[in-house]
Amino acid sequence: MKQSYKKIFMDGLLHQNPVLVQLLGVCSILAVTTSLENALGMSLAVTIVLTLSNMVISLLRKIIPNEVRIVSYIVVIAGFVTVVDLLMQAFLPALANSLGIFIPLIVVNCIILARAEAFASKNGILASAVDGLGMGLGYSFVIAFVGLVREILGNGTILGFEIFGGFYQPCSMFIMPAGAFIVLGCTIALYQAIHLRMEAGKEGKK
Amino acid sequence: MEGNNKKPLLLVGQSPHVISPDNTRSLMLDVLIAMAPAFVAGIYFFGLRVLLMTAFSVASCMAFEYLYQYLMKKDITVGDLSSAVTGVLMVFVLPASVPFWMVLVGDFFAIVVVKQLFGGLGRNFMNPALAGRAFLAGWATLLNTYPADATNPNYVPLPLIKNIPLVNGQPDIVTSATPLASMKAGQLPEESLLDMGLGLESGCVGEVSAFLLILGGLYLLLRKVITIRIPLGYLGTVAILTLLFPPAGINGFTWMLASLLSGGLMLGAFFMATDYSTSPVTPGAQWVYAIGCGLLTFVIRYFGAYNEGVCYSILIMNSTVWLLDKYIRPHRFGSSKKVKAEAEAIMANIRRKNAGGDAK
Repeated sequence: MKQSYKKIFMDGLLHQNPVLVQLLGVCSILAVTTSLENALGMSLAVTIVLTLSNMVISLLRKIIPNEVRIVSYIVVIAGFVTVVDLLMQAFLPALANSLGIFIPLIVVNCIILARAEAFASKNGILASAVDGLGMGLGYSFVIAFVGLVREILGNGTILGFEIFGGFYQPCSMFIMPAGAFIVLGCTIALYQAIHLRMEAGKEGKK
Repeated sequence: MEGNNKKPLLLVGQSPHVISPDNTRSLMLDVLIAMAPAFVAGIYFFGLRVLLMTAFSVASCMAFEYLYQYLMKKDITVGDLSSAVTGVLMVFVLPASVPFWMVLVGDFFAIVVVKQLFGGLGRNFMNPALAGRAFLAGWATLLNTYPADATNPNYVPLPLIKNIPLVNGQPDIVTSATPLASMKAGQLPEESLLDMGLGLESGCVGEVSAFLLILGGLYLLLRKVITIRIPLGYLGTVAILTLLFPPAGINGFTWMLASLLSGGLMLGAFFMATDYSTSPVTPGAQWVYAIGCGLLTFVIRYFGAYNEGVCYSILIMNSTVWLLDKYIRPHRFGSSKKVKAEAEAIMANIRRKNAGGDAK
């Protein structure tokens, strides 16, 4: 049941996208996407933790007893989250401040635990790394897109720069929690529409 | 060929055999007629801009519905006038000073997002106009600035077309506090109760004249478009709670009347909470729904951050309707506990008699 690395990567990025298809890790997306900057910071942290924890768990997969595997995964993940948290506080204090509790909360992000359980504990180290990177980037582009849309509509800016020259009156609804749900819902609907259309196109060719 | 246009005297077919002449269009027409007095009052109190806003809102609601259905290749149902009702209600729940683009955005959210994306008329899970207003809360400054009405000594007519708000700024208009603002501070409003009933107060376009809204509500009741349950349950709950808990030093009865006549309560109770697709079907569930609306309105007005709670309480109760309809069901005929117990007693008697007969 060996899969090619390319397929593993593309599954994570698109076909099995953790957010758009598996609907995992939605909590952090809803919470931190008030601006593109926050979204990028979060995506960086999650991708790093996901890739590294996948690799380590894959290495340890034959040593970890089955009965305590979840706890062991959490220990590994928490270790990497602490590293990322401390690094962010040291080198990007402003970003660490605005993300606040959501960096430590990566420990319980379901994407990371799901990949550890479903992939890393059954596959080799390289495949697990590719899977972590693909899933991480899949998460990243969704969170960045939602953050971008919410920042433009809710604040009239991109990464803090005014883009409409005062013409547009920002709708603060989009940086409130309700806006997060609306934008994420529309993003998933858009993905599904494109996905279905592409599938239909493939069927037509056959 | 002359007999062809005559209605057949005998209809042979499956039930239902009793057919009501009512359809969506006639019901919506009744709702529009019922809103007419409050609409005229809105024009009287806030000027001709209201007329223009309403025409614009109705036109854009119908256009959005038509465009969505046309683009999605669905049946075009613009003719049922339900989107026109949404268009009028949208203006009714906005201050007369909001710019036209806000009306347009509210209409878009109401018709396309809340109504059509969820499946069109009858499948929307929230009242479209109220959801539109809730979305427009994103522009809080514009939404919470109320222009002075025509009976206010400082009244200046609103510009007819020109958008009032400047970019990111306060609208340049003569504003006035609504009765609810002083009631939030625990005082009776400056306006007399009669003034509040007639509508000599500041507020949203369609909500100011409580008396005319009651008149419209009575018309809907007489025409049997709505039943008394939801308005009565809603207004009754608010009335009882405000009567029991007035602020210190204020007569409970006066406070109750002021609470009933202020804000969007009458509009909400008669025209918003009674919306068919977003209110429960069964009588029991309707009472629970109405009392829930009243309770939430009371809680938001007394303890919430906003002055008015009607919009959000109806929206919250809208989203519980599926639950109420699922668990509060009327008994099937003959299935009540009493009837069941009687039937079982009779059956037991028969069994006993039969058993006795066998023994002989």
